[in-house]
Amino acid sequence: MNENTNIKIKIKSILEKNEVCLFMKGTPEVPQCGFSLAVSNVLKHLEVKFNGINVLEDPEIREGIKTFSDWPTIPQLYIKGEFIGGCDIIKEMFEKKELQSKLAEKKIPYKN
Amino acid sequence: MGLRLEEIESLIKEALPDAQITIQDLAGDENHYSATIKSKIFTGKSKIDQHKLVYKALKGKMGNELHALALNTMELK
Repeated sequence: MNENTNIKIKIKSILEKNEVCLFMKGTPEVPQCGFSLAVSNVLKHLEVKFNGINVLEDPEIREGIKTFSDWPTIPQLYIKGEFIGGCDIIKEMFEKKELQSKLAEKKIPYKN
Repeated sequence: MGLRLEEIESLIKEALPDAQITIQDLAGDENHYSATIKSKIFTGKSKIDQHKLVYKALKGKMGNELHALALNTMELK
């Protein structure tokens, strides 16, 4: 099994264990990048329980998630294994209440 | 590191010839930009796919030479 397959398995297992998963720079408590901070704040505002994966602590995940999602930037938000988007998309979805609909559709508790 | 505004614009134009592009250099450091892009090619595509088209146009520079490009993509009517 090559290295890429291992990282893919690792990412899949993270996604299976966490219903709402934010791949980010830093932690939800101490984000290390403005874009990660913004998405983290949206989720906090909606009182969504999420797991922040700090890609700065794991270079393999940092590169691996970009290939996995076919998306070149961090943060990346996943809900129940589905890639929802990066910072611009999440902010836009939140403003248009589409993120709230997505959470409802996926049966993730949140507060309006 | 960094990418000139004109380079970003021409890379996007190359991939999306009909695109109407407005780019702002947010910090004056050639590394933090914000772009509004309108194109007919976005029609019927999800936001994720629209942004992916722009990232592909930038040929791997996004996240490497180019640190931050806030995107707002729209269908051109």
